[in-house]
Amino acid sequence: MFDPSSIIVGLEIGTSKVCAVVGELNAENALNIVGLGQARSRGVRKGEIADAPMAEEDVRHAIVEAEQMADVEIRSVYLGVTGGHLRGFNNRGVHPVVSADREISEEDVQDVIKNAKTINLPAQNHVIHAIRQHFLVDGQDGITNPVGMLGARVEVDVHVVHGNLNRLQNAIRTVKGLQLEVDDIVFNGLASSLALLTNEQKELGSLVIDVGGGTTEYVVYANGIIKHTGVLAVGGDHVSNDLAYGLKVPLSRAEHLKIEHSSALVDESVKGQTLAITNELGLPLKEINLENLRRIMSLRLDEIFQLIAHDLEQAGALDYLRAGVFLCGGGARIAGIAKLAEQVLQMPVTIGKTSSMSGLKSALDQPEFATAIGLVKFGSFQQRKRTAKGSLSQGIKSTFGQLFKR
Amino acid sequence: MNQNSETEPAAAQQKVAIKIFGVGNAGISMMQRLVEGGLEGVEFLAVNTDAASLLGSSASQKIHLESKPLRGMGTGGDPERGQVAAEEAAAKLKEACAGAGVVFILAGLGGGAGTGISAVLARVAREAGAVVLGFVTTPFDCEGRRRQNVAQEGLEALREAADGVICLPNQKVFKLIDENTSVISTFKLIGDLLADGARGVWRLLAHPGLMDVHFGDFCALMRDRHMESCFATTEAIGPTRSREAMDKLLAHPMLDGGQMLAESDAVLVSLIGGPDLTMAEVNRVMGEIQGRCDGAHVMMGAAIDERYCERLAITVIVARKGEVSVQNEQRARTNPEELQTQLLSRTSTGKPKSRLIPPAPELSPDKVEQLLSRQRNGGTRGRKNAAKMRQAQLPLEIISKGRFDKSEPTIHMGEDLDVPTYLRRGISLN
Repeated sequence: MFDPSSIIVGLEIGTSKVCAVVGELNAENALNIVGLGQARSRGVRKGEIADAPMAEEDVRHAIVEAEQMADVEIRSVYLGVTGGHLRGFNNRGVHPVVSADREISEEDVQDVIKNAKTINLPAQNHVIHAIRQHFLVDGQDGITNPVGMLGARVEVDVHVVHGNLNRLQNAIRTVKGLQLEVDDIVFNGLASSLALLTNEQKELGSLVIDVGGGTTEYVVYANGIIKHTGVLAVGGDHVSNDLAYGLKVPLSRAEHLKIEHSSALVDESVKGQTLAITNELGLPLKEINLENLRRIMSLRLDEIFQLIAHDLEQAGALDYLRAGVFLCGGGARIAGIAKLAEQVLQMPVTIGKTSSMSGLKSALDQPEFATAIGLVKFGSFQQRKRTAKGSLSQGIKSTFGQLFKR
Repeated sequence: MNQNSETEPAAAQQKVAIKIFGVGNAGISMMQRLVEGGLEGVEFLAVNTDAASLLGSSASQKIHLESKPLRGMGTGGDPERGQVAAEEAAAKLKEACAGAGVVFILAGLGGGAGTGISAVLARVAREAGAVVLGFVTTPFDCEGRRRQNVAQEGLEALREAADGVICLPNQKVFKLIDENTSVISTFKLIGDLLADGARGVWRLLAHPGLMDVHFGDFCALMRDRHMESCFATTEAIGPTRSREAMDKLLAHPMLDGGQMLAESDAVLVSLIGGPDLTMAEVNRVMGEIQGRCDGAHVMMGAAIDERYCERLAITVIVARKGEVSVQNEQRARTNPEELQTQLLSRTSTGKPKSRLIPPAPELSPDKVEQLLSRQRNGGTRGRKNAAKMRQAQLPLEIISKGRFDKSEPTIHMGEDLDVPTYLRRGISLN
């Protein structure tokens, strides 16, 4: 059997599907994906749980499937969270260097980070991430490690992602209801970007857009750090809904049409073409205009990219993206979406690949599993940090602690 | 010369002399409303066969049409008698019309006097060299078939004789009243509506305008015979007056919730405001109207009146190419070639009515035939039925949010992103 601490599970409770990915840290601390379980999600709207019992059932299905495939017992998960209530912003912490020789010590660095993480937020808001960006020493920007440098004042920027505590708790409670521990909650966009981007891409500057079922998350990396994050509570569900409304077909039919005839672009070839809808017996029910279908889809997706572009422009993040844009999530499967995004964002767009990990090929190739894989990757970082940090006695303590927890 | 030229000679010479005739009982009571509303520089004349109603009128000149067959009893609802009486007194009427540049005829059609006299009066007034505008009402549907027929005939006759007729079907007023409105106030309302229309036109012609509506333009608008027109007047007070007035205008029952504007052929807009009327307001109103009536010929006039401080009144007269009148239609049926040549010659020689409308497309003869037959079919059943058939609709569109109906709306910069993008961007699907 596996050592329980080396098993890392990422669980994403998405709007269209629940997905659990099992990863294993081998002796060389390399991550290997060993299992994948998924279930169609029924209790989630716009990335947030709307029907808890239903969601719980779907999570159970996904977890059981993943357990069977990886042949492990899952005790704890890294849970991905999203929703329109999540916000990201940059915060700066300041600390004066008090030592006589003005040399910045390890303690100074810890203090300044602590300062940066004390954020004035309303009581109901919970900080999900406070990710360190760059240090400034006496106003000098772009310092990654100031220890040993001389200066009177050290500052640090952190990128804070926070959300409404109660709404975050909903997802956590659903998981806890299944006797599973939540190791940590992770912003879905961050997880996707971890799965897709290589270090060079983060360094060059890239934008990851995860077009999910109910939400669209986006994360900007520049100079190796997270510059900007955002969530739009608009996704593939909206495309289906628009189609259902515009073509006057039931939602389930719209969902099918979206998948079968998906295209983000309205090209000349579909002008005037119609599509016969048949019932289960194969008899024609009605005809719909293919051009209308494409136009409705195209307009919605175009709007999503425009909203993102507008947000990035306001945040001043558009100019950093030298490596381009990477798409993932179920929406990345839409034909021509990269081209549409290229038109709107005016930069190279590619469909992201989760290539930086070994393991199940079938799981890695799909853009919609990027988030779950990213969650595992996030977990592996945490795990490594924990093992590196913890002394032997702490390690024993935590091991016993985990034993008692069962 | 007439009376108003003596009191306001300058205005009369500069502008046009306007005489307003109230014909028949209904016409006189409508005119009474105008008199009470106060229009300076206008001469009011009452014409009736019934002496009693003339007595109650405060018109400056009263013409009692008396002829032997009437025996002082009025026309008794027979328009022919009214016509006869008017013909007998044609000279008298002509004299009354003398010197007028514009003659307004207010009448309620469907009765004897109004129906019979107004057409004769219109003809006589035109002979006297005036431009004649009729402001008439047609009876309620409940008043019976006969009165309706009489009114329709009278309307046709008046249309033939006058330069322009603005007709307010009483039935339309039902949109304005509720269950509890009394008969008296309903008729008062009709009178007010018509009086408003007349006042709006008068304003266009008589008020010192910042942006003049040229009299010629106005006549050109009204002169086209195959038009039916409707009008609406709204007023609003306060800083948001232009928006309010415009909203009221679009909700006005006479315009069918802005539908008439969309179908219009020519629109005449008259704005009147206090000295504080801003150009931006004028621009907003005109922009809105022009946006609504795509391709129509829009004429505008703006005037300043000291008394309209902080107030803004908008009057629109909307004319559209209606169905060809019954007689024309018959002519068309007997002799389609004639109409065809008319149609073709019009498309080839007539200049476009505005820069906005492209010239009519060239039609092949069989296409013309097809169009004509379609119009004929539509025309015979008449407009009355069409109006009855149309179901009332609230002017708001309810957009279902489908599966997001119950979830928290995604509002981004004031836009509800759950509503389909193509709807918010106003892109129409074919």
